[in-house]
Amino acid sequence: MKRVQFSHPYLPYLFLLPQMAVIFIFFYWPSAQAIQSSFYLEDPFGFGSTFVGINNYTDILSSSEYMRIAWFTVWFTVLVTFFSLSIGLLLAVKADAILKGASAYKTLLISVYAVAPPVAGLIGVMFFDQHIGPFVKFAALFGWDMRIGINYYDTAIAMITIAVWKQIPYNFIFFLSGLQGIPVSVREASAIDCRSGLRRFWTITLPLLSPTAFFLLIINMTYALFDTFGIVDTTVKDKAANNPITLVYKVYMDGFRGNDLGGSSAQSVILMIVVFVLTIFQFRFLERRVHYN
Amino acid sequence: MLKKIVFASAAFALSASTSFAATNITWWHGMSGHNGDVINEIAKKFNESQSECALTPVSKGTYEEALAAGIAAFRSGEQPNILQVFDAGAATIINAKGAAVPAEDLITQAGHTFDRDAFIDGVRYFYADSDGKFIGMPFNSSAPIMYINDEALKKAGVEAPKTWEEFEAIAPKLKEAGFVPLVQSQLTWEFTENFFSRNNIQFATNNNGYDSVQGTEINVTDPNHVMMYEKLKAWADEGYFGYYGAGWSDNQKVFEENKAALWIGSSGSFGGLQKTAQMPFSATFLPYWNSIDGAGVHSFIGGAALFAMAGKPEAENKCTASFFQFLTSPEIQVFYHKSTGYVPITKAAYEMAKKEGYYEEKPAAEVGILQLSLPGAEWDKGYRLGFYPQIREVMEREYGRIFAGETTVKDAMETIKKEADQLLAKFAKTAS
Repeated sequence: MKRVQFSHPYLPYLFLLPQMAVIFIFFYWPSAQAIQSSFYLEDPFGFGSTFVGINNYTDILSSSEYMRIAWFTVWFTVLVTFFSLSIGLLLAVKADAILKGASAYKTLLISVYAVAPPVAGLIGVMFFDQHIGPFVKFAALFGWDMRIGINYYDTAIAMITIAVWKQIPYNFIFFLSGLQGIPVSVREASAIDCRSGLRRFWTITLPLLSPTAFFLLIINMTYALFDTFGIVDTTVKDKAANNPITLVYKVYMDGFRGNDLGGSSAQSVILMIVVFVLTIFQFRFLERRVHYN
Repeated sequence: MLKKIVFASAAFALSASTSFAATNITWWHGMSGHNGDVINEIAKKFNESQSECALTPVSKGTYEEALAAGIAAFRSGEQPNILQVFDAGAATIINAKGAAVPAEDLITQAGHTFDRDAFIDGVRYFYADSDGKFIGMPFNSSAPIMYINDEALKKAGVEAPKTWEEFEAIAPKLKEAGFVPLVQSQLTWEFTENFFSRNNIQFATNNNGYDSVQGTEINVTDPNHVMMYEKLKAWADEGYFGYYGAGWSDNQKVFEENKAALWIGSSGSFGGLQKTAQMPFSATFLPYWNSIDGAGVHSFIGGAALFAMAGKPEAENKCTASFFQFLTSPEIQVFYHKSTGYVPITKAAYEMAKKEGYYEEKPAAEVGILQLSLPGAEWDKGYRLGFYPQIREVMEREYGRIFAGETTVKDAMETIKKEADQLLAKFAKTAS
């Protein structure tokens, strides 16, 4: 690779400056403020704050309710990531194999991605509405009295289904382009060597797709952790009550609705640490097994 | 020709300067839809009634969002002149001394007179300090009342219940007639807060939180309150009570669709219900327990109040004061009462609506104000609890668990008390 040489030693920093400024203003500065206010108990209107040390953290970590929400978030993230990745991959593999009408099929699958997340949430909620939802009526045919908003597990199922549905087209696009990036010569060689399509997929296609899959794994986990906020909000209809919620929604409830700035700052610092650890883990342990071309 | 131009531009400059002279004030609120339109109309009426002040109302979404936006704006010095704060958020703004100018001071400083006795009893204390001085200006005020499906009661051959004992007696007949006997829309407001007010039981220590924030504890474990929820759960198991989640409209819908016989809603629901109900309906007071001594007094006021935010120039405060005066005038109160269903807050406005024959035409519209005008007692003036929006969320969670069969009423109330007391103690620390 050719190394670019700058004639002036400060020039590269100048080019970096806009990017650094954006990161500093929108990430480092708020993060530093969150860390600071997580050690204080603050009057909502900002008239005074009391230093309380790690009290906000111990309050959160000793709360059984917070732990319950944390466990739900773990399950939610794992299930949403798993299902949206595997269904996206399945659809992409099938779409890659069709010869006739391929573009129509692909357009139909991709177009869902154009739906904005809150709209997707609202559509999903309509499907699961306890009075008019077709899914609820369908479930009733099998004797399942689905009560979204009342039964914890029914609401969890609805939430996961909507979140997966929203994310499939995104994964589909990336997997499809990944599949199309696999050279025809490799595919043909493998087809000569092995008759089993399933085995060819596991031993040839999937390893070659692994950079795409790794990228999508990170994106999907952050999606499930953070971007599902709108879906959670529309599913619980602004009233969490005994319904499952994710950690991000809890930060919003305590900070923006409950005006407890210290407590919700501490919660967001905990989330920051979780994401930090997760990213390190992914890059150190998972990326080693990824084959880049 | 030249003369004409000069004259025209002079006239233009003059008119421009007069419109410049008008003081602009802003009003952030948490209403949308029909009720938001009515607010815009009130602002328009105010702006047309005088020329010194120009009021701009801005919808900030829901009550919670309006409060959050107001707080964020105050911290950065960009606060509106007027902020609408709902009942549960009252403690947050009132305890933050210096966030709001007491409405009473604002009005008297602007040279108007302020007469506390002009307001109906039910609204006088909720947004006032423990001496009775108005901090917030009551605006949209409501009471939880019981709406009655007339057809359902006729079919079952029963009368509307006044007490919960009477309800228990007629519930089987209503169920037999093919209706869900009872639905509600907000357990926290209708079966907890106003259970305490209507039955005259202390809701929290320190005079329901009015006297001090230090060491205030909530009284949800009161045996009568536990009994209310044990009854509700038993009724739900028998099919006498339908619970459709914590959302307001999911529950109201069952009544609107003529599937429920009785619905506990807000007096402020009246305007909308007239359009959506598929059957004739009437209304009456929120029932109480005959077995509880001293029960049957008026309920807490619900809804929201307007707060004049501190840190605004004198001229703008004057405009805010004249808007508050305008808002409490009988004509505007009657207009607001009729177009939304919220109760008139002054005695004069109530008399005016009565004189116009409005209640002969629509008796259900009077129930809210009649309930708020019932005799008062020791524990029905209001409550002042910090972090109360969060406490309501804890209640909603535990009540949901009761009806999902995940917990018992006793355990749920103990959990609420534990978490609520922790929140109250935390709030006391922020306020000190």
